[in-house]
Amino acid sequence: MAIGKSATRVDAVDKVTGRALFTADLVPHQHLVAKVVRSAIASGRVLSIDVSEAQKVEGVIAIFTCFDPDLPSYQIYTAGHPWVVDPAHRGDIEDRHILDARVRQYGDNIAVVVAEDTVAADRALRRIKVEYEEYPIIFDYEDAVQPPAGTPPIHEECPSNVQAEWDTQTSLEGTGYDSIEEIHGDPAYHHGSYTMRTPRQQQAHIETCLSYCYMEGDRLVCVTSTQIPHIIRQSIGLALEIPWGKVRVVKPCVGGGFGNKQDVLYEPLNAWVCKKLGGRCVLLELSREEVFAYTRSRQPKRFEAKATWDDDMNLVARSCEGYSNSGGYASHGQAIVANGQGSFRYMYSGQEKACYTKALTYYSNQSTAGAMRAYGVPESTWAAECMMSDIAYDMGWDGADFRLKNAIKLGYSDPFWPAPLVCVSNGLPECIQRGKELIGWEEKKKLYANETGPIRHGVGMALLCYKCSVAGLELETASARMLLAEDGSVMLELGATEIGQGCDTVMSQMCADAVGVPLEAVHILSTQDTDVSPYGAGAYASRQTYVTGIAIKKVAAELREKILAYAAELIPDGVNLDLRDGWIVGGPDRDNPQPLMELGELSCIAYYSRTNSQQISAEGTAQTDLNSFCLGASFVEVEVDIPLCKVQVKNVVQVHDSGQIINPATAAGQVHGGIAQSIGFGLYEELLEDPATGRTLNDNFLDYKIPTTLDIPDLTAEFVETWDPTGPFGNKSLGEPPAIPAAPAIRDAILDATGVKLYEAPMTPQRLYEGFQAAGLV
Amino acid sequence: MEMKILSCTVNGKPVQVGYDVRECLLDTLHDRLGLTSVKRGCEVGECGACTVLIDGVATDTCLYLTAWAEGKTIETVEGLQAPDGTLDPVQQAFVDEFAVQCGFCIPGIIMSAEELVRTGKTYTRDEIRKALSGHLCRCTGYQNIITAVERAVDLVNGFVGEDGDAA
Amino acid sequence: MYDITYFHEATSVQDAVKALTEHPEAKVIAGGTDVLVQIREGRFGPTELVSIHELRDELWGVVLDEDETICIGPITWFHAVNQDPICQERIPVLCEACDTPGGPQLRVSGTIGGNVANGITSADTASTLFAYGARLVLEGPHGRRTVPIEEWYAGPGKTVREHDEILVSIQIPRDHYEGFYGDYIKYGKRNALEIATMGCCCLVKLTDDHETIEDVRFAYGVAGPTPCRSHAAEEAARGKTVAEAAELVGDAALEDLHPRDSWRASKDFRMQLIKEMTKRALVNAANKGGSSASWK
Repeated sequence: MAIGKSATRVDAVDKVTGRALFTADLVPHQHLVAKVVRSAIASGRVLSIDVSEAQKVEGVIAIFTCFDPDLPSYQIYTAGHPWVVDPAHRGDIEDRHILDARVRQYGDNIAVVVAEDTVAADRALRRIKVEYEEYPIIFDYEDAVQPPAGTPPIHEECPSNVQAEWDTQTSLEGTGYDSIEEIHGDPAYHHGSYTMRTPRQQQAHIETCLSYCYMEGDRLVCVTSTQIPHIIRQSIGLALEIPWGKVRVVKPCVGGGFGNKQDVLYEPLNAWVCKKLGGRCVLLELSREEVFAYTRSRQPKRFEAKATWDDDMNLVARSCEGYSNSGGYASHGQAIVANGQGSFRYMYSGQEKACYTKALTYYSNQSTAGAMRAYGVPESTWAAECMMSDIAYDMGWDGADFRLKNAIKLGYSDPFWPAPLVCVSNGLPECIQRGKELIGWEEKKKLYANETGPIRHGVGMALLCYKCSVAGLELETASARMLLAEDGSVMLELGATEIGQGCDTVMSQMCADAVGVPLEAVHILSTQDTDVSPYGAGAYASRQTYVTGIAIKKVAAELREKILAYAAELIPDGVNLDLRDGWIVGGPDRDNPQPLMELGELSCIAYYSRTNSQQISAEGTAQTDLNSFCLGASFVEVEVDIPLCKVQVKNVVQVHDSGQIINPATAAGQVHGGIAQSIGFGLYEELLEDPATGRTLNDNFLDYKIPTTLDIPDLTAEFVETWDPTGPFGNKSLGEPPAIPAAPAIRDAILDATGVKLYEAPMTPQRLYEGFQAAGLV
Repeated sequence: MEMKILSCTVNGKPVQVGYDVRECLLDTLHDRLGLTSVKRGCEVGECGACTVLIDGVATDTCLYLTAWAEGKTIETVEGLQAPDGTLDPVQQAFVDEFAVQCGFCIPGIIMSAEELVRTGKTYTRDEIRKALSGHLCRCTGYQNIITAVERAVDLVNGFVGEDGDAA
Repeated sequence: MYDITYFHEATSVQDAVKALTEHPEAKVIAGGTDVLVQIREGRFGPTELVSIHELRDELWGVVLDEDETICIGPITWFHAVNQDPICQERIPVLCEACDTPGGPQLRVSGTIGGNVANGITSADTASTLFAYGARLVLEGPHGRRTVPIEEWYAGPGKTVREHDEILVSIQIPRDHYEGFYGDYIKYGKRNALEIATMGCCCLVKLTDDHETIEDVRFAYGVAGPTPCRSHAAEEAARGKTVAEAAELVGDAALEDLHPRDSWRASKDFRMQLIKEMTKRALVNAANKGGSSASWK
């Protein structure tokens, strides 16, 4: 069996030898470069663009502006979601032109320069003169709902600047209360109210965002670093108003995405420019600064929350209002905070009588935010866990006991999900137990209890709960194709995209077991090419192992059936024929089958038979409405230097229930990376914008601080392997959950070390200073 | 701008290549010599993705003008594999320890690790962390990368955990 | 690709000076870690460059003069200063400071001369060179002149170097370092790849009891528009025991230093850092000289 083994990554050797080719490595030698002309204001309207001086720069080929008569009139949505057939169910907002005179954020796309090289393009950019009519900047929620008089709405179609506002209130039937506010005011209980904030974190993948386009006959080819090649094809088709089949999208190796590349970024603009230039090859490569300021980021959020609890460690009710800032365009919009609020509800549903959440997303003139790893849940978990942390601390309870008692239980069924969403596997108690052992919870709590002095230590924890995909709410579909080669190996083609997470390896493992061949006999096509690859929505929602796995299982069954049918013809006296480990086996004793023919021999005969020539293959599509819950616990130890307001993370242990683990080593790698991103969320990372101009202040790796080798301690990742009946191989999901709980666990550990409660992430030295000062520690 | 000819040694072979004087070594290696392992991540010396060895020293090529490479010896991961296809011990350790995810930062990190391995010394995990602190990786949390370098250093030097010269 | 319109690789210091004289707009480039970043930002537009990158014979390395003045070639990498035996023996604090800019790769491109020639307050070696009272030797068309570091800075990012002058040596006289123990603390928000939020260097000379402060210097980066000393902190410490002084120097330093608010850190927080780092740098330096004081 290949599943459950730490099989070597199928792409590892290519990646250590430099042979793995990314988008920038494939650009044809003869190409032009495009650079986006960006607005120097955050809100207003372009009145005119004077390109006359810029056009004189040697090497400039063309400049296209937002006033170009050929610009398509159609607005597209950019969230990387599959097409929705029923217009009534289209949730993503179509609010973006590829170039627009209406400026909605600093650096908005108002024109594009095409030149022979980057130096010429940059010189041209500096010579373009733009006249604007400026509007006041809408920076945050207060501005959005009450803008200065005369400020036009950011999008005409959305006069309130509020994209959506959804309330969910669990049933109060049988609780004896008429409203949740009544519970929050009941003198029989303890109550708390809280304001929490989470940052504009950036995905900060090390490969920037880039694409190049050229025409092949009358078709447009776009090679791009994306998580969602099929959706990019659809979006280019929509944006350019050309049939989708006239677009071919190719996805080579991708140097990280983390949700940023689950968005349609500059591919439609790139394609349009290429078409305008008669199909010449045009490269549109963003600088690091542009990636930071002008792609996507995690939506900054504010949470207003309340909790009510009794003396016996039971939560009685929780309320949480989440306000999310999507910036100038919707991108993934309301889906993110709504998803987060769902996890807020499920996670501590164990005892409480009632839970209320509100999700609200608004436009502002800040830069556009979108999907980032774990899609709103790190934010809502920060909110939920700040409350849990405070309650346990104030009541003198053990944080692990308190959390476990109130955590989601087996059998939990969410009342708001359109299809059944039930907790059918739950290894959380074991995750917590194991995490406590690994971090030394009891011992460390005692050891650090009475520390005084400038350097103090603490331990803390937090939990996570995350769905396995979007199944039940949105379409979950995946296709697979398997071709049997002459030697009996299987060519596996998928729409599922490898972006570094290890998907090609685990897909190969699943395929090997499902077909009945050794792992070495599976050859996966890593590059998605929409002309060749079966449809796949792409890498997001931690969905591919969970959903594409179903397609693999289904198509593998069909392939096996065809192989065994052919075998029956070649081995007419064979009984109980089966395919195991690359052999046709059979015989009267089912428990001890005998090898009859190598699959390679069979396949070669099938290819070249003079009477029954067949390339044995299978393909198909699977869809699912089933979903489940990934669970886990993070434990953290910190050292706090109070006078210097610095936190050093000394140890992180994270234990996950993601069902059966397909590849333990790559799974651990996912957890390590997620922890590091959560440490960034908790301590370092925050894109800052100047409220006066809307301009991003820290658009580089020096000022936007992702953790370095010296900021991450040794990390421990472990798994509690439940069997989940909804997953194709007993598995749940793992892509995003690791990025959720370490940050609130650090917060809990800082509270343990210092007694100081912090509510805003990241807990930078500046914020620690303010917290310590308020507490009289500095 | 004028073109010049650079003469240097790349991965053990003498090379002459025409270049634009405005280029940095990253441009020349990637775009003119097809050494695609040299990655463009930030262009300002903050991410380490374009690191190669210049005269044995791990250097960011985005901030190194091609003109300065005249007469120098340059090594990239493309030159590490033995003629018979055997991976270099650092490369093999990165494969075996699952140190690779998206792989974009990896060639640069491997070159910094090569510099360490060639010192003939052993290193603690903290020393390895410091030696690699000029590289950003967003996928791995560095855990398996540090382990891979530790393994390669120990393997090459034939002993574990002590200071000293190569065995 | 950089927007470079003229590039001259100098063959000697005098050749560089000549090229600068002939190209009044040209910039000097050594390691490239500042200048190339600025060209890429578009700060200068199309740029002319005179490179001193290859002048290893004239401008690289550390030597000890006859009078034991330490002479550091300005194109010596940070890492090479850090590893240099003369520096390690006589001015180890400068070695510490040279181990902090950026990451390892930057420290084998970035040069100590560039770090002072750029005139930047956050430059990691500047506060240490300030504490050592370094002397900076310039060579121009009319010969050489020596500028004490106290007179070097002409404002944020500005120095007294004339356009056609090259920094050719950084010198620390024997009496500036002999008998001093030192400590440099760089405060960054993370542990590598950082620009200093605050930098503090303390040099201390103790009496024979290893606890009494005979002489002391405190120098800072990012505490003002240019690197600077705190004479008030020095006054407060002189003649006291290390333990006594540790309680006084933080507040005293604040009399001299006036950090500003920025999005990177508030003024109040920077003052907290000055206070604490001054104390710790003193105690750490004194500990190296045998004092048993503790800042904890």
